[in-house]
Amino acid sequence: MSDVKKIATRESYGKALAEFGKDYPNLVVLDADLAGATKTGIFKKAFPDRFYDCGIAESNMMAIAAGLSTTGLIPFASTFAMFAAGRAFEQVRNSIGYPHLNVKIGATHAGISVGEDGASHQCLEDLALMRTIPGMVVMCPADDVEARAAVKAALDYVGPVYIRFGRAAVPVINPEDYEFEIGKGKVLKEGSDVSIIANGICVASSLEAADMLKADGIDAEVINICTIKPLDEELVIASAKKTGKVVTAEEHSIIGGLGGAVAECLSEKNPVPVYRIGVRDRFGESGPAAELIHKYELDAEGIYKQVKAFL
Amino acid sequence: MDNLELKKIANEVRKGIVTGTHAAKSGHPGGSLSAADIYTYLYFEEMNIDPAKPVDPDRDRFVLSKGHTVPGLYSVMAQRGYFPVSELTTLRHTGARLQGHPSMNYLPGLDMSSGSLGQGISAACGMALGAKIQGKDFRVYTLLGDGECEEGQVWEASMFAGAKKLDNLVVIVDNNNLQIDGEITEVNNPYPLDKKFEAFNFHVICIDGHNFDEIRAAFKEARETKGMPTAIIAKTIKGKDVSFMENQASWHGTAPNDEQYAQAMADLERIGEAL
Repeated sequence: MSDVKKIATRESYGKALAEFGKDYPNLVVLDADLAGATKTGIFKKAFPDRFYDCGIAESNMMAIAAGLSTTGLIPFASTFAMFAAGRAFEQVRNSIGYPHLNVKIGATHAGISVGEDGASHQCLEDLALMRTIPGMVVMCPADDVEARAAVKAALDYVGPVYIRFGRAAVPVINPEDYEFEIGKGKVLKEGSDVSIIANGICVASSLEAADMLKADGIDAEVINICTIKPLDEELVIASAKKTGKVVTAEEHSIIGGLGGAVAECLSEKNPVPVYRIGVRDRFGESGPAAELIHKYELDAEGIYKQVKAFL
Repeated sequence: MDNLELKKIANEVRKGIVTGTHAAKSGHPGGSLSAADIYTYLYFEEMNIDPAKPVDPDRDRFVLSKGHTVPGLYSVMAQRGYFPVSELTTLRHTGARLQGHPSMNYLPGLDMSSGSLGQGISAACGMALGAKIQGKDFRVYTLLGDGECEEGQVWEASMFAGAKKLDNLVVIVDNNNLQIDGEITEVNNPYPLDKKFEAFNFHVICIDGHNFDEIRAAFKEARETKGMPTAIIAKTIKGKDVSFMENQASWHGTAPNDEQYAQAMADLERIGEAL
């Protein structure tokens, strides 16, 4: 897919904030000394009066966002996923989730594609953590188009939203006229032998893996589930009924993320064998993003191999 | 409202605290009683609020950062007319609006859900910043415990308030000197509180938190302070006006039984009658 345009979803995030700033005068952006990395600096440049740097104090930032939202503003609080979902979990849970406030959390640098910074900054637990908070919408866009659409959808939705963005550039797979809806998954490729349900960077690699499987005579269905919560159970169940075998693929721990959500849904409502592709209950490590993605078998080759082994 | 009227209301607020925690068979009377005069001044004199319009966007806000002392907040809200005083006996009961810690979605008039210490002051900073961003002149008040000042987030929030010059924010510390495990100096000394807030670029006022002249003067001074937030360090007595609860850490989170309830109410009746 080397000829495909690649954009990091954190870049899409910053651009989307700046783009929607004009139409949403109540949109304000908070960051914790990472505006250059999270790309909220793009918004800051366009709307300096609506950007507030909270310094290196993520827990405080989340509760500040909560307070801001009670005055009618729509705050996007941004930092790395490790600190947004990890360090500030309890603030998000108690000051944002419990009162169900209209706060949006833009968490960048999720997963092992953070690369060289290593395990301390490679958050593999954020989707699991955020998913346990009642009423929290949790999204993990797959590409530039979907990332911008998710930001827009979050702005229009009233209530707490967590959106996960990545550091590394990923292929643009969705068309510009892509219609996005919170809680709705998309079948990107129809198939009959196995369902590959993916999110984030694993969507493009799952499509590629499906091509490789096709050469072996395996007809894989590929589904993009951007919204992990609320999960598009109808789509997941329909696909499981059709293929009878489900693989999930995500740049996250196999515990509690998309794999967990799909397994919970299917085990209760339509039991079929499920295999979870992800980081298998271990911490990440330093290295170039592409090498780590390969090592942890989250690239097309890795997904292909694991699907084959599962079938 | 003169001091005598305020004292009479504070006495009723204290009766409501004792009544609520007795009915709940749990809750936190000690720190509710120590803050009763501050609650009373805020809700009857200082804040621009209207119980008939509890979510008016231009109202002043109060965030109870030390959320466990919500029996005091409920009691003053009931006295102020947000809901009937009789509802205080539903405190902590299943299905009640009066949750064990403040929950804004249960009870109109609560400006923030709180209870996990250190978070309320941050939310108050957000509200104060929200006022500034939108050019609104409402003010934001938040009440902290002295033990709560051991939470690191209090100082993250204070740094933010000082740095952003939130002069529409007043932080009040209910300095009763006791926390669950004992005297705050023995648990993990947060003193000197005044110098700490000064170092975080606050205007600091130290008062007797049971003296309405001093309370009145402090809030006036806070309103006149421009370019920086104000911290009022209010020296108080935990369990104030209930003889057997005063200065006892053991009454931090213990409810009075029937006998203790009767004695506490008798104490408060006697003090009320002497006013």
